[in-house]
Amino acid sequence: MKKFSKVVLFVLVLLLVMQGVWAQGTKESAATDKTIRVFGAFRGEEAARFDEIIRIFNEKSGYNVVYEGSPEFETQILVQAEAGTPPDIAALPQPGLMNKFAQNGYIKPLSAEVVGMIDANYASVWKDLGSYDGKVYGVFHRVNAKSFVWYPKKAFEAKGYKVPKTWNELKALQEQIVKDGGTPWSIGFESGNATGWVGTDWLEDVMLRTAGPEVYDKWVNHEITFDDPAVQKALGYLGEIFLNPKYVYGGATNILTTNFGDAIKPLFETPTRVYLNRQGNFITGFMPQTIQDNLEAEVGVFALPAIDPKWGTPILGGGDQFVAFSDKPGVEEFLSFLTTWEACAPWAQVGGALFPHKTQNLADYGNAIEREIAKMLVDATVFRFDASDLMPAEVGAGSFWTGMVDYVNGVNAKTVLSNIEKSWPR
Amino acid sequence: MPRPSFQTSKRVGLGKFYIVSFKGFRHEAESLSSKGEAMQLQIDQEKRERTIRTLVVTPITLLIMISGFLLLRDIQMSQILTTLFAIVWGTVSVLALFYSMNLIVQLFPLKKYNKIIPFVFVGPAILIMGWYLLIPTVRSVYLSFMNRNSTGFVGLENYHYIFTDATMRTAFGNTVLWLLFGTAFAVLFGLMTALLAERSSIEKLGKTLVFLPMAISMVGAGVIWKFMYAYKPLGANQTGLLNALVVTFGSNPKNWLGSAPLNNFFLILIFVWLQSGFSLVVLSAALKGVPDEIKEAARIDGAGEFTILARIILPSIYGSIVTVSTTIMLAALKSFDIVYSMTNGLYGTEVLASQQYKQMFKFLDYGRGSAIAVVILLAVSPVIYYNLKEFNKREVF
Repeated sequence: MKKFSKVVLFVLVLLLVMQGVWAQGTKESAATDKTIRVFGAFRGEEAARFDEIIRIFNEKSGYNVVYEGSPEFETQILVQAEAGTPPDIAALPQPGLMNKFAQNGYIKPLSAEVVGMIDANYASVWKDLGSYDGKVYGVFHRVNAKSFVWYPKKAFEAKGYKVPKTWNELKALQEQIVKDGGTPWSIGFESGNATGWVGTDWLEDVMLRTAGPEVYDKWVNHEITFDDPAVQKALGYLGEIFLNPKYVYGGATNILTTNFGDAIKPLFETPTRVYLNRQGNFITGFMPQTIQDNLEAEVGVFALPAIDPKWGTPILGGGDQFVAFSDKPGVEEFLSFLTTWEACAPWAQVGGALFPHKTQNLADYGNAIEREIAKMLVDATVFRFDASDLMPAEVGAGSFWTGMVDYVNGVNAKTVLSNIEKSWPR
Repeated sequence: MPRPSFQTSKRVGLGKFYIVSFKGFRHEAESLSSKGEAMQLQIDQEKRERTIRTLVVTPITLLIMISGFLLLRDIQMSQILTTLFAIVWGTVSVLALFYSMNLIVQLFPLKKYNKIIPFVFVGPAILIMGWYLLIPTVRSVYLSFMNRNSTGFVGLENYHYIFTDATMRTAFGNTVLWLLFGTAFAVLFGLMTALLAERSSIEKLGKTLVFLPMAISMVGAGVIWKFMYAYKPLGANQTGLLNALVVTFGSNPKNWLGSAPLNNFFLILIFVWLQSGFSLVVLSAALKGVPDEIKEAARIDGAGEFTILARIILPSIYGSIVTVSTTIMLAALKSFDIVYSMTNGLYGTEVLASQQYKQMFKFLDYGRGSAIAVVILLAVSPVIYYNLKEFNKREVF
């Protein structure tokens, strides 16, 4: 019986230890309750700058907000949500994703208090983008605007080029650049598993300029088919640039193999051979360091010119909205903190970010270019969210991207658009 | 005459020892008929003791298992603490589980005990395997007949989609290319290297070089080969090896991955590069097993080297070739990593596995994703069946 009693004794000791661990654990879990996990897609420099914002909140409130970024965010967040282990807060790049989470009840609607903060600090378009079925779920913080054309200021001015105000002036400028032996555009579609999004941005921008915001909204909601004549017309405008080897650095093949972040680089090579790159405000972060250090002197920017004067120059953009997966204490505090200019000013000073807050102080932006862009964004009469982020994933993160790649790769416009139309989920 | 050793049966926890000692005891009990009564008493006492032990140990086991589970589920600890606890708890509960199950079964008479005990010991493993493999399989088949959110039954619609959609057709075609060329080239190249290396003075070096890529993951290989195929326009510095060569010889750089169907072969090349090492090692070992006497006899009979290869060597290593081919075939059928990291299915390089991933995790269409998974499973089944049959023939199991 001796051995047996030893076993029993061992088990009893083990149970005691377990009890101890339990107590210890519960104590610790009470302590770690202050930790709020934020999960998003942005990494590197952007994450480091966001961490600075978080630090302000943590010092002020005593909570421990932790941000984590993943290149596989879009896949991961779905897996985590469905597995029942979501983060406390997620920064969703697509309103469509927010709708889906809200529909399935994964995310919590914001309290009246936070909604009040949103009403006070944002134009109504941002509240609408963060709402589903009458309830507000998302808070926008840093956003991006994409309808901008960047040029190397010194070389551009040395050649005597003028910033085009209309599409015809842009066409004339392209011809002039070719005549002078240069290439107008540097374009890059490559972006790993999201290759093609640059092309969708182009098409959306031109759609807003040729068909106007109402048709654009119909297109997004599939109230007109994807191969509607309006879309065909817009794609035709792109073809004039994309498929003309004289207008694009390296020709169509190079569009497909160049990374979107690398596409800005040839503009700043000496001697300058390429002059224009259409991209969002975030592209400044991809410019060579020497250029970034002298942004105001080296870089010029203008909004993609109007095509049909009726629609003017609308701004196309996007942004991550922060949604709450849990109602832990501190989550709502953090979200309402993001609505304040206090949570933006430090980042605006460092640069590389744009904020939609109507209460913002433009003087806080660290350089004249971003101040200018922020002004364009706040003043824009028409702002539209990136269409591909609003369409169903099959299209917006699938056939629309591949369709634009196919188009540049030589497939004719009709086939491309009807393929995308066929892929729209019914 | 020694007394039957009760000591042994008291000490043991596992069935095997128990059976041995119990049998021994019975055997000796018969020969000791004179002390039969005392023996009977001791058996009764033994039984009582065992029953008490079972009654004590089993609840404690359950307690450990349940409380540990609840503990891990409910509380947050530092990672190291959690891991340590999980290891200790897991090991202890598995041991305790088998110990107490054995105790319970020991309450039955010997004959029944011997019948039940194998199931008790193999059962948990089979249950876990079923949980991880069988249930997901059945569930995939079930989901493949449901709509995208698995909320409604749609019949064969998902299968209709995967056999009619243009992208899916490309994926099927490319998967066939992968199966045929990926497998054939990997096996051929491996076999060739194995044959040549055997006769070469640098056998070890050559084999090592071909085998090395085996150590690289598929995604890693994708990243490496991206640099091989990289494209820059004419006039810029070529960062891709292939294009650098092409430009040096005065031609225009090409976008290797840009146009179907050739780009599929460039991707398959990476697969072959990775898998040849595997076929080399297995076939090389098989070649060493071909007896020199037979080859020598053939040579004396006047057979040429090619005849020896075709009539003697290849038939001798036929089994290994089949095993290598089927294994590589399975890898080709599942090849997802290379496509995912190189082109993500653009430019007509989509394969079944990459489409399954996209449908399931990107487009969140669980119906279509599962349907593709089922098709892949069906395609794999005959290969696996054949493989198992071959294994059985050679009594691997």
